[in-house]
Amino acid sequence: MSGLPDPRLPSGPITDAWQRTKEELPLISPLRKSKIDVLVVGTGLAGASAAATLAQQGYRVTVLSFHDSPRRAHSVAAQGGINAARPVAVDGDSVSRLFADTLKGGDFRARESGCQRLAEISSSIIDQCVAQGVPFAREYGGSLATRSFGGALVSRTFYARGQTGQQLLYGAYQALMRQVALGRIKLLTRRDVLDLITVDGVARGVVARHLITGELEVHTARAVLLCTGGYSNVYFLSTNALKSNASAIWRAHRKGALFANPCFTQIHPTCIPSGDTFQSKLTLMSESLRNDGRVWLPKQAGDRRPADEIPEQERDYFLERMYPTYGNMTPRDVASRRARELCNAGHGVGPDGRSVYLDLTDSIREEGRGAIAARYGNLMTMYERISGDDPYRKPMRIYPAPHYTMGGLWVDYHLMSSIPGLFVLGEANYSEHGANRLGASALMQGLADGYFIAPSTVSAWLAGTPAMEISPDDPACRDALEATRMRIENLLNNGGSTPVDAFHRELGSIMIERCGISRNAGGIREGLKQVAGLRERFHNDLRVPGEPREPNAELEKALRVEDFFGLAKLMLHDALAREESCGAHFREEHQSAEGEAQRDDANFAHIAAWEHNGNGEPIRHTEPLRFTALQPSTRSYR
Amino acid sequence: MNITLRIWRQVAAHETGLYESHNLKNVSSDLSLLEVLDQLNERLISTGERPINFDHDCREGICGSCGFLVNGQAHGPRSATSVCQLYLREFSDGDVLTLDPWRAQAFPIIQDLMVDRGAFDRLISAGGYCSTGTGQAPDGNALPVGRDQATSAFNTATCIGCGACVASCRNASASLFVAAKLAHLGQLPQGQPERAARANAMQNQMTAEGFGSCSSNLECEAVCPQEISADWISWMHRERRS
Repeated sequence: MSGLPDPRLPSGPITDAWQRTKEELPLISPLRKSKIDVLVVGTGLAGASAAATLAQQGYRVTVLSFHDSPRRAHSVAAQGGINAARPVAVDGDSVSRLFADTLKGGDFRARESGCQRLAEISSSIIDQCVAQGVPFAREYGGSLATRSFGGALVSRTFYARGQTGQQLLYGAYQALMRQVALGRIKLLTRRDVLDLITVDGVARGVVARHLITGELEVHTARAVLLCTGGYSNVYFLSTNALKSNASAIWRAHRKGALFANPCFTQIHPTCIPSGDTFQSKLTLMSESLRNDGRVWLPKQAGDRRPADEIPEQERDYFLERMYPTYGNMTPRDVASRRARELCNAGHGVGPDGRSVYLDLTDSIREEGRGAIAARYGNLMTMYERISGDDPYRKPMRIYPAPHYTMGGLWVDYHLMSSIPGLFVLGEANYSEHGANRLGASALMQGLADGYFIAPSTVSAWLAGTPAMEISPDDPACRDALEATRMRIENLLNNGGSTPVDAFHRELGSIMIERCGISRNAGGIREGLKQVAGLRERFHNDLRVPGEPREPNAELEKALRVEDFFGLAKLMLHDALAREESCGAHFREEHQSAEGEAQRDDANFAHIAAWEHNGNGEPIRHTEPLRFTALQPSTRSYR
Repeated sequence: MNITLRIWRQVAAHETGLYESHNLKNVSSDLSLLEVLDQLNERLISTGERPINFDHDCREGICGSCGFLVNGQAHGPRSATSVCQLYLREFSDGDVLTLDPWRAQAFPIIQDLMVDRGAFDRLISAGGYCSTGTGQAPDGNALPVGRDQATSAFNTATCIGCGACVASCRNASASLFVAAKLAHLGQLPQGQPERAARANAMQNQMTAEGFGSCSSNLECEAVCPQEISADWISWMHRERRS
């Protein structure tokens, strides 16, 4: 492949550009649609909404999910809410404000036309979800309630208590199941997609493994939609579900799909930290706790006394000390970096010295336990359940954790990847969040892609390309199937002695150290060496028990972790090449004397899109970003 | 702490199963029960034995993937908790925990602690939705929904589809699952046009799937991780008559 395809950005002013684009898209006869197969991989917000909508339009849709039910996709775990610009006369919100917040929040590393489209669509998403019966919070008068969220000065986040993702997902899931009942969707659960099938460079299907029988299957179609989420699990410990994986997008990348800005990964500062080597995941605690909590560490490095035995004058309220204006409400990335530095310097608390205190004692004393319980009751219970400590009596321990990945497969304005016929939606693509996603914007993007954007652009692609039949016996299908079979056989016959989790754990600790909260060139280079060495050990010493044709959870994990190795290397390359600090990507070499991130618009106002190059080094392409509606400004919190 | 797990092992639906005991010494009480199974599996793998198969994913109690009986109780002894949120500190040193898969005709065993809950998806397919296509929605504020009404609908909509209600019922009834969905949509204006048809279709499907009828012993409510009230089952029965 040579270079970057045309991103097909709209011409003219960005306002209403999506409407203009849509009006010019070719249409397709309803009669033809029922003869066209479309594959949707993944059933989170993006996948379920896209599948339901494409089926409603009349396509024959096949949906693949590795879960036992589409309702389990990890969108279900999103807590806070979904942003939408629904101006009411008195609050001053508008489409242009949501557009500006999204673009600024992403530190000017996203396409302005994409951000504008997202803001324009946002309101319809809420209407759509309400019509499906999503029980959003309401005001006493019966209208939709909103709350405000980080990075915004208006109240535009719609929510369903702390389970907004769950309720939105169930709305999309139910719409999907309705199409299943109507016979327009073939739902295939417990299928892991392990490869993409291309014919003459066009996406034509996937290879999937049936997770119960172990059978390898070929599914062909005229268009393939990957809606498979992000890759935070490269870090092993993250807030993602344990089986969230990057296999489908990584395999598509190996088949020619460009991967954009893989190093843009978001680390959330307030998570319940690791307590034991066998801890399997980190759980997010709402950031709102920092409104009433004070963050501190012992002044003396190596101080192992319990919190209540450390007198006031020996405590370092480091955020209040370093950032007197913002104090404990210092932005996510800064708070995360300072916590990490102090833990590295030996001040950290907890069994492994990898956490900081979030102390509500002062607020409880001033306002009473009841007031704090009313505000954060469910979080306090969750913390107590996981840690075993009573947060009303002992300060909570928190630590930053990987949470969301802005990077993903490069897509054009039509959400099509650099492989024609392959569309990528939701967290799996690189689109509107730039170098940093704002709270409550992930749900908005997933549903905008699935309900409103992809159905139009996929249709346009199908209308504009000639129908070509492909049979599962086509050499391209047979080759992909055989390659996957060989890959599985190699893993099973590896003959080593170490279970896959041990490698994954080690990969995670390399990546969080070298490509986590802050990065520097020396560390990244070291990380590349470490990942290469570990990968070699993985291939020499991995043990995967069992057979290919039976339920085999270890084999599933081994296939995923093998892909994480490739992705980890690409993330490191991307982090090394981006010689600036922007959003969640903080390069220690590029900071001001005060420790603020220094963006380099002259040299890096672009999307880096990486091309897979076999066993050689990946090739970096760039798509320049142009800003007409809003000029780049510097983020400042001082 | 030291703990003994007595785990149901069954290779496939048509095979016979048996309990297998494993003693675990010096495990941290800060581990969840699923993390103890992870640890046991690493040991089994390194000695060449087949690891224990169980469904799980988010490990924060919201996806509904995990679930098995711990000493006969669905999701174990702690209320309002799914099994991924159950930590060893809930137990005492030397305890023996017997782990069984959900047992219900409508949930065939796949392997070990893993069962097939596809019947729940088919119940939703039978009518657990509002038939509104994309792009056909009126303004979200066109129909006001009172705050209490929205809250009550939300409470029933929180069901995570784990299957504990079925597994804990002596008739293996899915009444709480179905009632929760009917109540979620039946309390909102958007759910009214199809309300009666939905109630009939979902309850007929429940029978067709081989779930039993409600025996009113309320164990479903006691084990529900989302604490959905069994009062909605009585409400459901009235729905069908109306």
